[in-house]
Amino acid sequence: MKRFAPLIVLAAMAVLPLLGLSSYVMHLLILVIMWSVSGMAWNLLGGYTGQVSFGHAAFFGLGAYCAGLASFHLNLSSWYGFPLSIPFVAATALVMGLIVLRLRGPYFVLATLALGEIMRITAENLTDLTQGNLGIMIQRTWVEKTGYYYVILGVAALTFWVVKLLAESRWGYYFVAIREDQDAAESLGINTTLYKTIALTVSAVITGFSGAFYMNYMGYIDPQVVFSLGDISILTIMVVMVGGVATYWGPVVGAVIMVLLAEVIRSLPYVGTAYQTLFGVLLIVIIIYLPNGLVGDRQTLARLFKKKGAAV
Amino acid sequence: MALLTVDKVSMFFGGLAALSNISFSVEQGEILALIGPNGAGKTTLFNVVNGFYKPSRGEVRFKDRTVSGLKPHQICRLGVARTFQVVKPLQRMSVLDNVIASAFLRSRTKAGAERRALEILEFTGLMEDRAMISKGLPLGKRKRLEIARALATEPELILLDESFAGLNPAELDVSIEIIKGIKKKGVTIMIIEHHMKVIMSISDRIVVLNYGQKIAEGTPAEISANPLVVEAYLGEAEGA
Amino acid sequence: MWVQLEVFLQTLISGVLLGGLYALIGLGMTLILGVMKIINLTHGQLMMVAMYVAYWLFTLFHIDPYVSLLIAPPLLFLLGMFLQKTLINPVLRVESILPHNQVILTVGIGMVLQNLATIFFTSDYKSTPVDYATDAWYLSDYWKDAPFELSLSYPWTVSFLLAVGITTALWFFLAKTDTGKSIRATAQDRDAAALMGVNVGLMRVITFGLGSALVAAAGCLFIPIYYLFPSLGSQFTLIAFVITILGGLGSTMGAILGGLILGVFESMTATYVGMGWAPVGRFAIFVAALVFLPGGVASLLKRKAVTK
Repeated sequence: MKRFAPLIVLAAMAVLPLLGLSSYVMHLLILVIMWSVSGMAWNLLGGYTGQVSFGHAAFFGLGAYCAGLASFHLNLSSWYGFPLSIPFVAATALVMGLIVLRLRGPYFVLATLALGEIMRITAENLTDLTQGNLGIMIQRTWVEKTGYYYVILGVAALTFWVVKLLAESRWGYYFVAIREDQDAAESLGINTTLYKTIALTVSAVITGFSGAFYMNYMGYIDPQVVFSLGDISILTIMVVMVGGVATYWGPVVGAVIMVLLAEVIRSLPYVGTAYQTLFGVLLIVIIIYLPNGLVGDRQTLARLFKKKGAAV
Repeated sequence: MALLTVDKVSMFFGGLAALSNISFSVEQGEILALIGPNGAGKTTLFNVVNGFYKPSRGEVRFKDRTVSGLKPHQICRLGVARTFQVVKPLQRMSVLDNVIASAFLRSRTKAGAERRALEILEFTGLMEDRAMISKGLPLGKRKRLEIARALATEPELILLDESFAGLNPAELDVSIEIIKGIKKKGVTIMIIEHHMKVIMSISDRIVVLNYGQKIAEGTPAEISANPLVVEAYLGEAEGA
Repeated sequence: MWVQLEVFLQTLISGVLLGGLYALIGLGMTLILGVMKIINLTHGQLMMVAMYVAYWLFTLFHIDPYVSLLIAPPLLFLLGMFLQKTLINPVLRVESILPHNQVILTVGIGMVLQNLATIFFTSDYKSTPVDYATDAWYLSDYWKDAPFELSLSYPWTVSFLLAVGITTALWFFLAKTDTGKSIRATAQDRDAAALMGVNVGLMRVITFGLGSALVAAAGCLFIPIYYLFPSLGSQFTLIAFVITILGGLGSTMGAILGGLILGVFESMTATYVGMGWAPVGRFAIFVAALVFLPGGVASLLKRKAVTK
């Protein structure tokens, strides 16, 4: 039964639009799925391989701009952003990898953060290419949300399948070995630099797809939005941390929670502007009490509930 | 035939000479022990052979090929495996997965790696614990897991760093049997140990280090009679 | 030719003055990093909090920012100790897959601080328009026939001198007092220090408080010459990092040199390349330092000492 869970969920998601949901609900669902993709991609590098990147916005934004500029400069359909993003994002990941993957622990974190910010500032300043802070606006392909829903659902399904395949393969073992003890992994014949690079590149390309989708769906991007440290890089980390690192469903659960939480909080009358504070508090609480996320620490969570029940 | 040759190796950290002009070889099929007081440079030497450090001077040759300067994973691929003094299990993985991860070096498929891993777990007496998360293993079994992982890479030379430290007598006997079994398979062993009885009983030859220098080399009998060695361990004898 | 020299010298002066203030920011972070091996990604936000305190004191009570030096740093010292005790210490004991929980925690704290500031003060740019904001000493006032003009802005210079003073006081504290020595001992070898009777837990809490106080002081020194807005925090956190990495982790001398180098570098970039690219220059130095000189300037100093 458990084996078929992903397929069942996919099937359920596939028929959802046919129920005639409102445009707003469809929008939320699309966001949830998009963030699941970003989360799953980050999880591959962060959760499984243990390399915590604070700069994934670099890849998201790059994917978005590939889609946007394909339309803006090359007069192609912005959907070409998907295939176009692959070489650009992969190349960026490789260059980034050369610089940061030799660094351990906190240095890696900071370097990725810096590189993400460098991408943002570069995009802001290369106005001839990117229109700088004016941003890029394109013609959206569809008015109705359904088309977009199925595209992102397809990307998400593919991502889930790829992550699962990798995690259960030889590469997956190597990723986790690197996370658990890099020196031991090296001594056991694992080319840690190569595998970290592979994890980074795959993670980057998938994140780029997420960004390319964002461009196509929203119709407008600018550097502050798509290269944002707080709204993209950190939010991606939160999605995975809240949901559950190094689990298949963690990023999905995390995406559901973060998107819904953001929407709910933003619509509350007085609390609205304080959503970042609440997110910050949530992050702090999760880090201290449920460091492996809701899915990762579900046993701890279960125990908490059992205790409450027993007291009744 | 000399399987491993350490040729005039020196290792400097800043102004400190951790190793000075060390030369010796390890013959195929033998058990060579590396002994010496704490801080003598034994683990540093392993780190040089294994590839974690590039020697400041001199070189290391494995099967007549210079390996000093290669990365640890490349050296492992060539046939040198190593355990760590402070054991490094892949903590959140099960015992079986730990060994599978390492067996993947020689088997491309998961089935092949698993088969190999199970054989080795059988050999090292860890079969019953194969599903246990390695974080929960007691020390003796963790040391054996280190050895099991190293064996899974099908080495020709295995470097054991204090695999007997902290074991109780029962665990000690099991580990000694494992070492003898490894030798029987034709794998050459270089071992760092402080446990004198064990060293004397299983080693073919011994190299003694003190303050980063080689002070003696020979059979167990020769070494135990060597006054320099006695002095290094016990300090200057009182009187002459 | 004289014009070019003038531009260069003026840029250099601005760079050094900026560098002195930067050094103060970097010192706080390097102390925290050295003693507790904690990356404090909320360092800049703490500075922002101090700046808002100074702003508030100025706007409500007309207290000069330089006087706030006596008020804000102690407040932030307490806040820092509180954060360390209630949030950071617990996280260090948590068992989790991701090794960098402490970093993520400080990000969370930073988010909360920044957002709270936005709620209470809005994201409008604020400033403390002191009377002497545009005062300056001019070279031509002292050297009648100078071939070029140089100016030393009054608030910049005062801030710089105060920063130097604070840095010197810090040096004395670390080198000469018992507490200071205990802190350095804890940074060098936590277990050895504990064995020698140093209350390591207390040292850690004090150090975080001290680091916060230092960056608060920097905030008070900055507010007369800078604008204040909530996202200033993250900018300064990054600056603190660049300085710490550039200078060498845990090295106070390195942080000072790193601050000066960064200040001059940014000043030069702003003048000769363009304002917008200054942040990129900052990051580029950061990445370059990480890759080419991982030990920072401190490792260069050590190398010189050893080869002597």
